[in-house]
Amino acid sequence: MLRDKYAAEIDALLARFPDQKSAVLHLMHLAQNEYGYMSHEAMRDVAGILGLDPTHVLSLAGFYSLFYEEPTGRYVLEICNDLACALRGADDFVEMASRKLDVPVEGTTNDGLFTLKTVMCLGGCDRAPMLQCNLKFYENLDETKFEALIAELRAKAAAGDTEPSVVERIIGYVEG
Amino acid sequence: MAHVLLRHRDIDDLHKLSVYQDNGGYEGLKKALGMSRAEVIDLVKASNLRGRGGAGFPTGLKWSFIPKNAPETYVLINTDESETGTFKDRELMERNPHQIIEGALIAAYAVNARMVFNYIRGEYMDASYAFEDALRECRAAGIVGKGILGSEVDIEFYTHFGAGAYICGEETALIQSLAGNLGQPWSKPPFPAVEGLYRKPTVVNNTETLANVPAILVNGPDWFKQMGTEDSPGNKIVCISGHVANPGNYEVPLGTTYRQLLAMAGGVRGGKRFKAILPSGGSGPIITEDALDAACSYDGLTPFRSVMGSASVIVMDETTDMVWAALKMIHFFRHESCGKCTPCREGTYWMEQVLHRIYAGHGTEADIKLLESVANNMTGKCLCALGEFATSPVLSSIRHFLPEYKAKVSSAAHQAARASIPVAIG
Ligand SMILES: Cc1cc2nc3c(=O)[nH]c(=O)nc-3n(C[C@H](O)[C@H](O)[C@H](O)COP(=O)(O)O)c2cc1C
Ligand code: SF4
Ligand code: FES
Repeated sequence: MLRDKYAAEIDALLARFPDQKSAVLHLMHLAQNEYGYMSHEAMRDVAGILGLDPTHVLSLAGFYSLFYEEPTGRYVLEICNDLACALRGADDFVEMASRKLDVPVEGTTNDGLFTLKTVMCLGGCDRAPMLQCNLKFYENLDETKFEALIAELRAKAAAGDTEPSVVERIIGYVEG
Repeated sequence: MAHVLLRHRDIDDLHKLSVYQDNGGYEGLKKALGMSRAEVIDLVKASNLRGRGGAGFPTGLKWSFIPKNAPETYVLINTDESETGTFKDRELMERNPHQIIEGALIAAYAVNARMVFNYIRGEYMDASYAFEDALRECRAAGIVGKGILGSEVDIEFYTHFGAGAYICGEETALIQSLAGNLGQPWSKPPFPAVEGLYRKPTVVNNTETLANVPAILVNGPDWFKQMGTEDSPGNKIVCISGHVANPGNYEVPLGTTYRQLLAMAGGVRGGKRFKAILPSGGSGPIITEDALDAACSYDGLTPFRSVMGSASVIVMDETTDMVWAALKMIHFFRHESCGKCTPCREGTYWMEQVLHRIYAGHGTEADIKLLESVANNMTGKCLCALGEFATSPVLSSIRHFLPEYKAKVSSAAHQAARASIPVAIG
């Protein structure tokens, strides 16, 4: 299915690497965007393209934190509460976010829009509190900015936006 | 002081090829292409440039290990940058990508590699866009691809995205991840210079290391050695975070003291008193007031039983609970342990359990000894350095702040808590 939709891009991607297996993480990023999470179907799809055993893709999905093995909301809010951020109030920020969204960490809002997670250092420690949402960084945050972000994302979703950021990146990259 | 690495702070739009070239860009590459490969390696050797990824290995020496007549060799740029408190390679990649490309091209020429892979952590979207944009310009200008700068040399670049795993910054894990395998380290030997990516001789260099190379080619080793100290020449980007007024990246000559660094970052914020520094993100032992006049250099912290590492300076003020800080760190290492070897997998798990118990008020005096014993049993028994790193926040926090641990296990409130709460965590 992935192959049908992105035939040219995938061919170009596979041609880039001396060994096609090196493309597996790219394909997984693409598949996750397509299926919403690393479902078994998504894993089989990736494995099929590369001729790998699906269990290999399964083990990769478990190993890397950017792959989700459960369905998520449309926007995954990943707040860094690792040490450097925590020294600048990240733990309180997580609590505030959880209260505002009315979900626990790892939870998804009832409308299916937001999943709240905490993650390890994202390389934005000098701009804490910070979070990444669908691979976009939002930094130097506070309660007001967080509320504004949530409102903005709600509006985007209402307008039918699907945030195909990962696909754009992979495709932009393949086109060189 | 003019920057050597963070030059984009002095020159607007340095990420654009034309601007980079107007400011001496790709002159280092030109010079390298006019020299023999061995001469380039000797020049970098003479500069005594050492790796900026943490281990400080001499860069020219590393390049010289690549067998001369190997038919296929690779250069890997390590932009996995996932250590807590580290954000230097991100700024370089976002704002000064051509300097990294130029450094990597010189490295590739020196070791006769036709392919350079940049392993960027998957979260660094903006960095990867900036890098790809710069590469596109280079391809159009004949700087990357076939016959670079009109020579007979072909060098192509491949960007690779990680997917969230600190361990993939370790060079052998990075190679495994790039090959599509689980990102777990292997036990060296074989070293990557002999058997690396696709089992071919491979150089792995940190992003910042490579960003040093162009200026060394242009200005020569003596110029480079004027900066920094005898054993640690050159400038270094120091990432300062935590309880300071102005966190951020600071480019300084190696040998700058931690007190000077603290002052540059505006001192401890909010008029609070200084307590401690984690000088190498979570990976190096904690240092305290007595080490503030030590040099930020490869051996400056040796007398204080710590290391510079990649110079990720996390500052903590007097309000910081050191047991809490140690728990944060060990939580990180437990989460990021790749699970391949038992001492690290089990040790990080148990250290987190015991530390959590102490922090939550269920601990006993014996738990402090237990923590030390687990850590000491990991030392020297782990397959890669992560296992070693994981022991340092625990052992060094106990060494410097034992009274805080003791208070946690002995106060009346904690005794009562211990009696009333079950012991296990999730
Ligand atoms: C657990 C672990 C994580 C590491 N992470 C990184 C990293 O993110 N970036 C990096 O350049 N080096 C990292 N290193 C060091 C690399 O293994 C390697 O020494 C370095 O990339 C070599 O480049 P250099 O000589 O230019 O410093 C890590 C090492 C370990 C043990
Ligand atoms: S020390 Fe830890 S991270 Fe390193 S190989 Fe062993 S389990 Fe993996
Ligand atoms: S600790 Fe949060 S981004 Fe680094």
